[in-house]
Amino acid sequence: MADRRLLSGNEAIGWGAILGECKAFFGYPITPQSEILEFLATELPKAGGVFLQTEDEIAAVSMVYGSSMTGTRTMSATSSPGISLMQETVSLMAYLKVPSVIVDVCRFGPGSGMAQTSQTDYRQVTKGGGHGGYRCIVLAASSSQECCDLVQFAFWLADRYRMTVYVLTDATIGQSCELVDLKTRDFGALPDKDWVLRGLDERGGNGQGIHPHMWDYVGYHEDMNEKYREITENEIKYESYRMDDAEVILVAYGYVSRMAKGAVDLAREEGLKVGLLRPITLWPFPTNVLRELSLQAHHILVVEHSSGLLVEDVECALQGKVPVHLLGIWGTHRRDSSGIIYPERIVEEIKQMVGVA
Amino acid sequence: MRKVYTRPRLLKKVPFHYCPGCGHSIIHRLMTELIDEMHLEDRIIGIPPPGCSVFAYHYFDVDMAESAHGRGAAVATGIKRAFPEAIVFTYQGDGDLAAIGTAETIHAANRGERITAIFINNAVYGMTGGQMAPTTLSQQVTTTTPYGRDTGIEGYPIKMSEIVALVKGAVYIERTAVNSPANIRKTKKAIRKGFQAQIDNLGFSLIEILSPCPTNWRMNPLESWQWIDNEMIKEFPLGVIKDITGKTDAD
Ligand SMILES: Cc1ncc(C[n+]2csc(CCOP(=O)(O)OP(=O)(O)O)c2C)c(N)n1
Ligand code: SF4
Ligand SMILES: [Mg+2]
Repeated sequence: MADRRLLSGNEAIGWGAILGECKAFFGYPITPQSEILEFLATELPKAGGVFLQTEDEIAAVSMVYGSSMTGTRTMSATSSPGISLMQETVSLMAYLKVPSVIVDVCRFGPGSGMAQTSQTDYRQVTKGGGHGGYRCIVLAASSSQECCDLVQFAFWLADRYRMTVYVLTDATIGQSCELVDLKTRDFGALPDKDWVLRGLDERGGNGQGIHPHMWDYVGYHEDMNEKYREITENEIKYESYRMDDAEVILVAYGYVSRMAKGAVDLAREEGLKVGLLRPITLWPFPTNVLRELSLQAHHILVVEHSSGLLVEDVECALQGKVPVHLLGIWGTHRRDSSGIIYPERIVEEIKQMVGVA
Repeated sequence: MRKVYTRPRLLKKVPFHYCPGCGHSIIHRLMTELIDEMHLEDRIIGIPPPGCSVFAYHYFDVDMAESAHGRGAAVATGIKRAFPEAIVFTYQGDGDLAAIGTAETIHAANRGERITAIFINNAVYGMTGGQMAPTTLSQQVTTTTPYGRDTGIEGYPIKMSEIVALVKGAVYIERTAVNSPANIRKTKKAIRKGFQAQIDNLGFSLIEILSPCPTNWRMNPLESWQWIDNEMIKEFPLGVIKDITGKTDAD
């Protein structure tokens, strides 16, 4: 029988780590992420893994790097300000092609902001996050089930492409409880980790370092571009919902995509032909999918809990061919940090957009 | 004929990029000799963060990878926690260990991480061209203290080894220098003790080495050896600062 449990998104992330064979976790507490830390402090040692609460997120990501270079599946989790602190070593790991999984349970920013929900980290994580023009894969979870499954997928992708994979959620997904089928996911064979540092013993050869491309920086960027192209070709994931005859296409991810789904159903009850495109990989972004869908659409409405970050990728994909509207943070039901974008508000926006009173 | 001196087996046959008279070259030699003598090459992993020695992995024929500036102790922690069989060392400058990496160093020591920090104190930021380091002496002229370090403005030369010694998880701390054959031999002994503390699974070890930087001190190599004797050692006295390796209880 399936192991079915009621889990918050944060607990589901922890389960995903355990089912994904994560053997080391380093992290620092921050709301709304701390339950991941607390869960793994309890469960990871039982699963034969190492858990360590660090002095800060800089140390956490440095330990992730060190642990991962020994070939160990390693993860950290934090929320927005912690993601900022980690960036120098995320950039270093991109340079040295060291895999890692980092979870961002996004809170309201900028600055220390507020611990409640938002989607204000979109640009930071999808555009790499730190210096040096690298990229990270970004998986956006919209349910507890997806938290569990995508963390496992993130480990596979990280090992497959030797890079950092972010799993992006938000305070709403992190803190809401839903039923989850705890299942180990198999994504296929992975290349040998012949690059790891474990002393000369296991290799029997000479000392090795993780420092590629010292004398060929152009080659480094060419290789990276080739890898990014391969990922864009093979790894794009999205969900499209009631899209068949849609004339209005909503684009949303994370908790907002759940609200957008509700809005699609409400709008359809009123005879409006609305569908939803939910990118699951935010990078690589489903640019071509959106382009094709837009051929049938009169309107695109991006809904996001920020001042307009996802909308930039949508505009870039559509190149001005279809009008793109944005319902941003002003669509929340309150003006303080406890605001949420509800389905009714999205429907209202759709009606205004298509000119139905 | 008996061979009494040779190139260490684990020192790669490539020319050093270090300046003539630089202490880094001497310390690399000592360490590669030791790794060989102690039979550690099969499981040793080194972390050289940015500093003049960031390319140490070109010279040590063992597994090595850089870290971000200051993060050596945390990266070493990650390696050791995930792979406890490894012998892990960091190779850090004074700017790296005692300024930008202060937090990582203290907390790694406090957790008693089974790692060894080799701490090269040359009283300047060598790599970036001779700016003030946290260890720069009072009145010492550097490119960012052109009138001499004014402790009223820039603070005092920091005694990181003594600070780390206060932390319970640190088990072996010694300060040495590489400015005379006798001191060089003592340095090798100290590093051996540091590694041994780790091998014996006792806790954090740190070996601070006063090391000449003739280029940024604007001296010739001989003057730089004398300057260590006449100036640096007054501020940073040599000797064992903490040794609880013989005790069973850290208290
Ligand atoms: C975040 C960051 N800031 C600054 C630098 C530039 N930087 C490289 S090495 C260094 C200081 C090196 O001094 P020290 O640690 O004393 O080593 P030394 O070169 O003297 O051996 C600095 C400031 C950097 N690499 N990264
Ligand atoms: S600048 Fe100083 S520390 Fe750096 S290589 Fe030259 S002498 Fe050595
Ligand atoms: Mg220095």
